[in-house]
Amino acid sequence: MNLILLLEQTLNGLQLGVMLFLMAAGLTLVFGIMNLVNLAHGSLYMVGAYLATAFFQWTGSFLLAVPLALAGTLLVGMVVEIVALRTLYERDHLDQVLATFGLILFFNELIAILWGRAAIYAAAPAWLSGHVELFAGLRYPLFRFAIILVGLAVAALLWYVVTRTRLGMLIRAGASNRTMVAALGVNIRLLYTVVFGCGAALAGLAGLMAGPIYVVQPGMGEEILIQVFVVIVIGGIGSIRGAVAGAFIVGMVDTLGRAFLKPTLATVLSPSAADTAGPALASMLIYMLMAAVLAVRPEGLFPARGGG
Amino acid sequence: MRMSFRALFVGLAVAGFAAAPALAQQKLKIGFITTLSGPQGIIGEHMKNSVELALDHLGRKVGGLETEVIYGDDQFKPDVGKQVADEMLKKHQVQFVSGIIWSNVMLAVAPTVTQAGTFMIGTNAGPHDLAGKMCNELFFTTSWQNDQTPEAMGKYMQDQGLTDVYIMAPNYAAGKDMLSGFKRYFKGRIVDEVYTKLGQTDYQAELSQLRAKKPKAVFVFYPGGMGISFLRQYSEAGLRGQFPLYSVYTVDEITIPAVKHAALGQWETRFWSPDLKNPANEKYVADYRKKYGKWPVFYGAQSYDGILLIDSAVRAVKGNLADKKGMIAAMRKAEFASIRGKFAYNTNHFPIQNFYLLKAVAGATPGGDPVMEIQKPVFTNHKDAYYKECPMKW
Repeated sequence: MNLILLLEQTLNGLQLGVMLFLMAAGLTLVFGIMNLVNLAHGSLYMVGAYLATAFFQWTGSFLLAVPLALAGTLLVGMVVEIVALRTLYERDHLDQVLATFGLILFFNELIAILWGRAAIYAAAPAWLSGHVELFAGLRYPLFRFAIILVGLAVAALLWYVVTRTRLGMLIRAGASNRTMVAALGVNIRLLYTVVFGCGAALAGLAGLMAGPIYVVQPGMGEEILIQVFVVIVIGGIGSIRGAVAGAFIVGMVDTLGRAFLKPTLATVLSPSAADTAGPALASMLIYMLMAAVLAVRPEGLFPARGGG
Repeated sequence: MRMSFRALFVGLAVAGFAAAPALAQQKLKIGFITTLSGPQGIIGEHMKNSVELALDHLGRKVGGLETEVIYGDDQFKPDVGKQVADEMLKKHQVQFVSGIIWSNVMLAVAPTVTQAGTFMIGTNAGPHDLAGKMCNELFFTTSWQNDQTPEAMGKYMQDQGLTDVYIMAPNYAAGKDMLSGFKRYFKGRIVDEVYTKLGQTDYQAELSQLRAKKPKAVFVFYPGGMGISFLRQYSEAGLRGQFPLYSVYTVDEITIPAVKHAALGQWETRFWSPDLKNPANEKYVADYRKKYGKWPVFYGAQSYDGILLIDSAVRAVKGNLADKKGMIAAMRKAEFASIRGKFAYNTNHFPIQNFYLLKAVAGATPGGDPVMEIQKPVFTNHKDAYYKECPMKW
């Protein structure tokens, strides 16, 4: 197995991990702080992708489209929280699952009405197309490299906000004991709306970066959402550190499994057995990992301290 | 007073039920089942549009009879498809069921329909079971048997003398059929055979592996959204110039608007293309573009043919819908202006037809989307590999 290929696959794993992290961060905060199971998180990812594509076409500038799309998704997230989700916090999880599933259907149909059911063309800007030569023999797509950098920057920023600012303190407090935070006179409603909006914007960021490399079509969010749930279960529900760790573990395991499991199996088993078992096992790996984590540490690898 | 009202209602209801079958005899009812919701709903939209266009061309009268087409949504699920078919048969009492995109849905729907003594006119899915042992005199298709299209690509690549081919498909029944169809005619060396997860969106890991293997050519089957992701990432990874890409059901008029230049230079095989030269096709393509403002796609072309096939059958028996033997005999002749030109039905009711090599080339308008262009026929009058297993003789 050559070293450059291994390195390239590690970068691929990192890039998938970054996308998963952006999605997981919002989802896990909303679950940890508001005790809300939000299945519609994938819809916000879709909204981000569509808004970015539309704004890019409209303004002709990717740099302008990004903040516009982020602001748009933030706004959509806040409106959804105020209109639909506020009444659900006190209800049990089944009601939340039903209601947010309804939101998925609503958003998918809305997007189909506005943009049509066909996948739309989402371009990467010219200055982000092409390759970077990281060192001799390793050419990596520039856009994917940019995704990694943006993702790491956002992770650093989130770490700063959560550990060093007043908002972050409230978020951490809310995650460990909501009732006490409310009792101390914090405007918990506003905090909820802000956190939900920020989570939506992060999902939107993931969506707008996914647009040029994946498919922009109604229902695109549900495909990634399942993996995101695996991430937060592995990392520990409600914990940002858990989301970071879970995302990178899942990204790496999934990518390296898809790349190297079959060749590795072929050295042990017969080639035809490896052909059958390789792809099947590779697509199950992250779920087996999740099952193992649940068996050993049911609360996840980095549980939020205190508990709600 | 109240009692007599109720009696009146019951009487009306009974009269209504009694009258329904009598009315149904004078009217042709076609149940058209496809996927109309979800991400795959776009395919159903093209099929429905084409059915409507066929009705327009026939003056809204199929076979000269007053016609009602009832559309049903299978939601991409076999069990839902079967329920919808049951509803078409029992509630609407249709004489024909048509449509169906997916092989797994078709395998649930076709037996339900034919066992009820009703015609099933498939307009896309062609699972090998229905071409072989499960063939039925009430089942016809206006598309193809699944293996045929990749067989054509395998033949072409074999004839080109290509070797060291890297082949990829999603890991499910049709994916395996496609690769086995390909291997039936391609005898050169295969570098690696890779199956990815059904519905996968990111192929970067697989593409890195592919590059490391340095194949001479690549053959893939990635329908719908998977194809859009794959093509974009193939171009983005800079593989387009390095390894020529050949595919089936990956680049079509639905996916091209979403991938644009990333499709350029793509090779496909297909039984039909919008630029196929025959009067029926030219009329279909021109009118489709005029009515809907976009290019038609093969799913739609087949559905258009489905309605014309039914029209030819009903016309042959002069509107006597009870004469099923007569309609079967008429459909076996395939006497209608098909979008693929003249063709014959094999004993298993699958078309014996040509398959062409297509290439995605730059569109006529500058900056416009690429279009598929026929290069040359690969197979003429190609039969599927399963008809000998079908016990039907005629």
